[in-house]
Amino acid sequence: MPDTAQNKGRMLTFEILQYNPSDPQSKPHMVTYHLEETLGMTLFVALNMIREKFEPDLAFDFVCRAGICGSCGMMVNGKPLLACRTLTKNYPDGVLRLMPMPSFKLIKDLSVVTGQWMDGMSKRVESWIHSKEEVDLTKLEKRIEPEVADATFELDRCIECGICVSSCATALMRPDFVGAVGLNRVARFDVDPHDERTAEDFYELVGDDSGIFGCMTLLGCEDNCPKNLPLQEKIAYMRRKLANVKDTGGGLEIRVEG
Amino acid sequence: MASIIEGYLGKRVDGTKSRMPARLDRWQSASGLFLGLFMWGHMLFVSSILISKDFMYTVTKMFEGSFLFAHPHPIIVTLSITFVFAIFIIHAGLAMRKFPYKWKEYKMLKTHAFALKHEDTNLWMIQAFTGFMMFFIGSVHLYILMSNADKIGPFASSDRVWSDGMWPLYLLLLFAVELHGSIGLYRLCMKWGWCNGTDARAARKRLKKVKWAITAFFLTLGLLTLAAYVKIGMEHRNDYGQRYQPTTAMTAPLHLSAQEVLS
Repeated sequence: MPDTAQNKGRMLTFEILQYNPSDPQSKPHMVTYHLEETLGMTLFVALNMIREKFEPDLAFDFVCRAGICGSCGMMVNGKPLLACRTLTKNYPDGVLRLMPMPSFKLIKDLSVVTGQWMDGMSKRVESWIHSKEEVDLTKLEKRIEPEVADATFELDRCIECGICVSSCATALMRPDFVGAVGLNRVARFDVDPHDERTAEDFYELVGDDSGIFGCMTLLGCEDNCPKNLPLQEKIAYMRRKLANVKDTGGGLEIRVEG
Repeated sequence: MASIIEGYLGKRVDGTKSRMPARLDRWQSASGLFLGLFMWGHMLFVSSILISKDFMYTVTKMFEGSFLFAHPHPIIVTLSITFVFAIFIIHAGLAMRKFPYKWKEYKMLKTHAFALKHEDTNLWMIQAFTGFMMFFIGSVHLYILMSNADKIGPFASSDRVWSDGMWPLYLLLLFAVELHGSIGLYRLCMKWGWCNGTDARAARKRLKKVKWAITAFFLTLGLLTLAAYVKIGMEHRNDYGQRYQPTTAMTAPLHLSAQEVLS
């Protein structure tokens, strides 16, 4: 297409935080870049162009470019979004202010470590199948009703992008809060018939104020999840379930005398 | 000893977690539900002045036990308010656990809420702010009414609103209660999934509309009611302290039936 005036895109303004916490000389500051918009431009494309044209040192994360890997979450005008799925045409005034997602460890500029946080969450909710059954690889797997499998797969669609954490005021105020991603994970294992854990077992993992009872139902997770997971519904379900766990009384005191 | 072990180690002696966080969460919701529904009833009762002074008088006497006793007993009102006050304090104590209590938390919350522009997060900010307001203005109102339970009526209440200068407090309280209550009841439905039905997202949209309609209804009703008490209070300021005498025999059948019951 010839580069005529008609084909020229509008000028976009990007205000991007730049900061390197590992460099003692670095101070957090915003840098402004102007870039011509192209057809179907995503934030991911724009960031690559900025890196290519103006700032070779600019740090941001991406892998799949298709909203699957969950690497490119960032705050766009205050809202956590996946850069690869964010179209610049959806910003009528053409100004995009980019910040790294809070609540995760900052590496540099827009690049954060969500993995470390997710690892802690996975360990906390013991994010693996708990079963006493011996696995016999020579035999066929136990059959599962398609509806039950679908219910598990539905919650398994989480890509751990961290957007639910960065859109949750509770998680931002209280870094020990397990977050919607953690509660969704609990709900996922709860629905999975392979996992033998009971409500009492899940209570031991998230039955406190930094777990299910810390959720203030602000619904930032529900409204911002890029995978559209049914977070309000599942968190409410787990809350009902864990709030009604029977009290065993704490057990008897063991005292050895003599 | 078991309690000391749990206190220091955060584990009960059988190795399990305390059930207290679950209980506190339930109590917070239950006390909020009670207060939210109570405030709907309260608003309807105080707005009885919009129908007539006689009707409001009858409602007042009903709460003083006119349907049971030949003579009014304001102590019933005092005890009822004491009960509501107790629930109010319990709810405040449980709900304040959610407040940002360090500067860093407050700063994060403020930055996030202003940047995110997310309705439900903003509604929570309103709830936290109005909740904090009510620690003070709610307590003033409750204590005054608890200790003056015999001075509720078309003239006595109007005198309090206008001549005693309580109307600014009531105006603030009206907005605080109606916003806090309706947002809280909506949040309760979301929190426990009571109204989720088969399509939780559609249910939420509907519920949000109902929530705003209820807020608008009670705020309008409240403003009209407050205006009515202000008007009566202004007209009655020269006779401050004089109690209302019913003009019709509206209460008579109630008293008669009460006497009949007792005889």
